[in-house]
Amino acid sequence: MIEEKRIVLRNADLIDPEKIEDYLLAGGYQGLEKARSMSSPDLIAEIKKSNLRGRGGAAFNCGLKWSFAPADAPVSYVVCNFDEGEPGTYKDRIIVQKDPQSLLEGMAICGHAVNSKQGYIYCRGEYPYVVDLLNRAIDQARGKGVLGDFDIEVRMGGGAYVCGEETALIESIEGHRGEPRIKPPFPGVAGLWAQPTVVNNVETFTNLPSIVLNGAEWFAAIGAPNYPGTKVLTLTGDVTNRVSIEVPTTATLREVIYDFGGGIKEGKKFKAVQVGGTSGGFIPESLLDTPIDFDSMRGIGATLGTGAVFVMDETRDIVDITTRIAKFFEHESCGKCNPCREGTFRAYEIMKKINQGQASVQDIENLTILSQVMEKACLCGLGQAAPSPILTTLKHFYPEYQARLQLN
Amino acid sequence: MSTIKDIILSYRDKPGGIIEAYHAVQKEYNYLPEETIATAASTFGVSEAQAYGVATFYSYLSVEQRGKYIIRMCESAPCHVAGAEALIKAFEAALGIMAGETTADGKFTLELTECVGQCQATPVITINNVPYLNMSPEQVPAVLALCK
Ligand SMILES: Cc1cc2nc3c(=O)[nH]c(=O)nc-3n(C[C@H](O)[C@H](O)[C@H](O)COP(=O)(O)O)c2cc1C
Ligand code: SF4
Ligand code: FES
Repeated sequence: MIEEKRIVLRNADLIDPEKIEDYLLAGGYQGLEKARSMSSPDLIAEIKKSNLRGRGGAAFNCGLKWSFAPADAPVSYVVCNFDEGEPGTYKDRIIVQKDPQSLLEGMAICGHAVNSKQGYIYCRGEYPYVVDLLNRAIDQARGKGVLGDFDIEVRMGGGAYVCGEETALIESIEGHRGEPRIKPPFPGVAGLWAQPTVVNNVETFTNLPSIVLNGAEWFAAIGAPNYPGTKVLTLTGDVTNRVSIEVPTTATLREVIYDFGGGIKEGKKFKAVQVGGTSGGFIPESLLDTPIDFDSMRGIGATLGTGAVFVMDETRDIVDITTRIAKFFEHESCGKCNPCREGTFRAYEIMKKINQGQASVQDIENLTILSQVMEKACLCGLGQAAPSPILTTLKHFYPEYQARLQLN
Repeated sequence: MSTIKDIILSYRDKPGGIIEAYHAVQKEYNYLPEETIATAASTFGVSEAQAYGVATFYSYLSVEQRGKYIIRMCESAPCHVAGAEALIKAFEAALGIMAGETTADGKFTLELTECVGQCQATPVITINNVPYLNMSPEQVPAVLALCK
C-alpha cells in the first residue's frame, strides 16, 4: 500500500496556523533565507531543475515560467491564484487553513527569484474566513520582519469561476470584469498593470520552501520523474472517506480511491471517477490503475487538473450528472467569445434534451461536433475544457446515453 | 452604519480597489444600493456604465436588495449527487419562495450557487457565507431557526 507523503502539508495539524512562532520553530522561513543567499538566476535554475510543475491545472514548469519575466524590470508582481473555483476542489483552502505562512514564504521566494517587491493573493469570495486568517498571518510576518522588503496584499474574488484563469484574475485585481485577455502577451511579460507578473497556484508556492531547503535533486526524486513531488487530492462523492490527502504522484487512482478513500460507500460498486474538477474527464473502472501524474492522466484522455477526485457509485446517473455539469459551464461562461457563449448554451440545451429522453442520435452527433469545435475555437481554458465531461462520458458510458434516446 | 460614500472613499488609494469597495459596502448593506455605482464610478475614475458592468459581472455582488440572511445552496455535481435538489426544494417550501427570491419580510434570500469549497461534507449551504455541512431536508427548520 502506498503511503502519504507530506511536503505541502508538512506542518498540517502539527502547528497552530495562527502562530508564526510555531511555523518558525518548525523550520519556517529557512527556505527563504537560503533562497536569498542565492542569486536570482541560480534560484530560478534550481527550481527549473526540480521540475516542479504548476499545481493549478496546466502543469507548466514553474522555474521556466519564472525565467520569462525580464530580470531588469523596475516593477513586477507575484500573484497567487487562490480562486479555487473548480467544483469538487478544496485543497488550497486546506493548505492555507493549516499552514498560511508556508504560502507567504513560497511567494517571497518567488519574489526574490523574479525581483518583485509586491505580491497579491487572489482568494475566492467563498472563503472570507480564510482571507481574515491570511491577513493575520501577513501582519505577523511583517511584525517579525521575515518577509524583508517583500509585501503581500489579499484581494477577494466575487464568485466567478472564470477568474481562476490567470489573465481574467489579473483583470479582476485591476478592478475590471473578469474576462480573459488574448495571449500573447503572457503575464510574465505584461500582466498586472502591464508589468511582468508571475501567477502560480497556492500548492505550487507552498512546495517551494522545502524544495529550496532540500535541493532540486531531493524533489525530483520523489514521485513520477515527469511530474515529480506530491499532489494534494480532495476526495468527494461516493467514497467512504471524503478526505484530503497528499500522495507521491506515482499513486494510482485505484490506490487513492480504495486505500485512502476506503472504497465505495455502503458496499456498492464503483461506476466512474471524474478527476481534476468539473472540467475533468470521466474515467471508467478499466483505467483505474493509471498513476495520477499529469502525463499519465493525459495519456488516458483525462486530466489531473486540480486533483479533485469525484467518485460515483453504480447507482449514479451519468447523463444526469453530465447535464448538471453542462449547466455549470453555461452559467460560468463569461460571454467574451462566441464559441463558448453560444456553445455552452447549446451543449446544455442538448444535454437537457437527452436527459429528458427527448433526443435522437442526430442530437448526439451535433453535440459531438459542437464539442470538438469548442475545444479548438474557444478563447480560454473554460470553453476549451467544457466539452471534456461530455466527450469522455460519450466515450466510456455510451450505453447510458443510448438508453435515453428516442427510438426513431 | 458607515455611509456608502465613506466606505468607498476609504478604498480610493487602492489600485483596482473598486471590487474591494463593493465587497465592503455589501458587508454592511447586504447588497449594493443604487448610489454605490455612481459613487464608485467617480471615486475610481470610470464611467457609471463600467462601474455597473463590474458590479453585475460577479455573482457575489448584487445590485438588487436582498434579505438579512442570504442562503446559498450549492448545486455543483458533488452536492448534486448528494441530494442538493431535495434540499433546495425543502428550503423553497419552508420559506415559500423560489431560488433567486427574497421573503416579503426581507429576512431571507435564497440563491443557487456553484461549489463553495466544502465538498468533503456534501450537500452544503452557506448562510451569510458561513458553511453548513452535510445538510438534509430534515435539518432545514433547525437551520432556519438559527437565523433570528
Ligand atoms: C477557467 C479556468 C479556471 C482556472 N481556475 C484556476 C484556479 O482556481 N486556481 C488555479 O491555481 N489555477 C486556475 N486555472 C489555471 C490558471 O490559469 C493558471 O494556469 C495557474 O494559476 C498557473 O499556476 P500554476 O502554474 O502554479 O499551476 C484556471 C484556468 C482556467 C482556464
Ligand atoms: S472561452 Fe468562455 S470563459 Fe473563456 S473567454 Fe471565451 S466566453 Fe469567456
Ligand atoms: S460541490 Fe458543493 S461545496 Fe463543493
